[in-house]
Amino acid sequence: MRHLLSTADLSHRDALAILDTAEQMAAVGEREVKKLPALRGRTVVNLFFEDSTRTRISFEAAAKRLSADVINFSAKGSSVSKGESLKDTAQTLAAMGADAVVIRHGSSGAPARLASSGWIDAAVLNAGDGTHEHPTQALLDAFTMRRHWARLHGTESTGTDLAGMKVLIAGDVLHSRVARSDLWLLRTLGAEVTLVAPPTLLPFGVGSWPCTVSYDLDDALAARPDAVMMLRVQGERMDSAFFPSVREYSRRWGLDDVRLDRLDTLGLKDTIIMHPGPMNRGLEISARAADSPRSTVLDQVRNGVSVRMASLYLLLSGENSTDRTAQEQKR
Amino acid sequence: MTASGAVSSRTVLSSADIDRALTRIAYEILEANKGPEDLVLMGIPLRGYPLARRLAEKIAAAAPGVDPAAITGQLDVTMFRDDLARRPTRPPYATRVPVTGIDDKVVVLVDDVLYSGRTIRSALDALVDLGRPRIVRLAVLVDRGHRELPIRADHVGKNLPTSSAEQVRVRLAECDTPATDEVVIEGTA
Repeated sequence: MRHLLSTADLSHRDALAILDTAEQMAAVGEREVKKLPALRGRTVVNLFFEDSTRTRISFEAAAKRLSADVINFSAKGSSVSKGESLKDTAQTLAAMGADAVVIRHGSSGAPARLASSGWIDAAVLNAGDGTHEHPTQALLDAFTMRRHWARLHGTESTGTDLAGMKVLIAGDVLHSRVARSDLWLLRTLGAEVTLVAPPTLLPFGVGSWPCTVSYDLDDALAARPDAVMMLRVQGERMDSAFFPSVREYSRRWGLDDVRLDRLDTLGLKDTIIMHPGPMNRGLEISARAADSPRSTVLDQVRNGVSVRMASLYLLLSGENSTDRTAQEQKR
Repeated sequence: MTASGAVSSRTVLSSADIDRALTRIAYEILEANKGPEDLVLMGIPLRGYPLARRLAEKIAAAAPGVDPAAITGQLDVTMFRDDLARRPTRPPYATRVPVTGIDDKVVVLVDDVLYSGRTIRSALDALVDLGRPRIVRLAVLVDRGHRELPIRADHVGKNLPTSSAEQVRVRLAECDTPATDEVVIEGTA
């Protein structure tokens, strides 16, 4: 692995390696000294062309816990607002000696462009690109689900995958890079995925995706999922009306108090409620659902740091990439 | 190993030899510590941990009232190595500290082979981040020489004079297949 651009090209082995490493990184967060010297002297640049709170802070905390130096760059207040291109920004960072670039960009494929262009010789980590992918979010979701799944089965989570788990992903699939990344990774790990959304918020060609698609949240809940992931309604990406009104969306596709209680009447006592954040309380998820004991929202944030530590460690430690691939082929 | 020259392999410690060496080390640890008080055995993965477990069992057999599981831990040193940038990426192992913690304890680091001393240096760094032991000692099954750092072991199962072209392989029933105990020297004779 040289870059982390998408979960679609992550093998089962690589995915487990990241999750298992994250398991060890999580233990560091519980220690008195929450720091490891593994990436001392390395520089990680957070290159954020779009707004973000938790992803940027999470990457920053992860890099700092591994003793790397962190440079934060946000497009607002930088030369990008003067019209600097991605190429010039990347070459500037390369000249400053960045070892890893964490990039979030509004255009799908910007991280892949950065990784393959030769503008910069650094590991590229995709922190969300347009409506394409958000691999570390998918990894932290899988990590959270795996811990839950292993606890249900009374096993250690290390080394296991999600075989047999039923995951329901509901909401704005059309604009969601999280849904895409989650789907590819969960499929790789052996989980069954059902997508639920209004027809207007499903992407073209969703029929060819390896999942079940439904328009009715109640039907999908009756299929007894083990995890329910509510996606944020991305108002900022909607330039036209995708549903008649907020009330109607909430009534038909939101996890409201009625549906929360229905989980109990269905006897789904071990079903968890997930949300990648930031939540629109009262729209796709009710406040009571978000704060219920089923909710893993804060676990997801906590696990995000561990998963990002694991990704940075696995990408940045070891010899430079060319020698490494040669070694891997030998093995 | 060079391509020329036949690869020889000879067993230097048998299963019974390993057991006797561990029994002696367990008594040495108890003697040096004047009893089992405050003892914590931290095994370094992969093979240091099963060795630490065995030592703890032997200490418990010699000093009644000691719970072997409660004084054994595992210390991963991967993140503290000085060759992280020179070797292929290695995934870390788990670090498990006994519930008593290691503050003001007598920590015995346990590993299979002492060679350059660099693993032990990283272990000392890793230990500092977990707490402040009163004393840190080192027990190894095999000391093969060729130290690159000013580090020595307090308890040694066997001193093995080797050439650096040779490889010392420790196999333990807990983590190797076939499940046998032995120490083998491989290399051009």
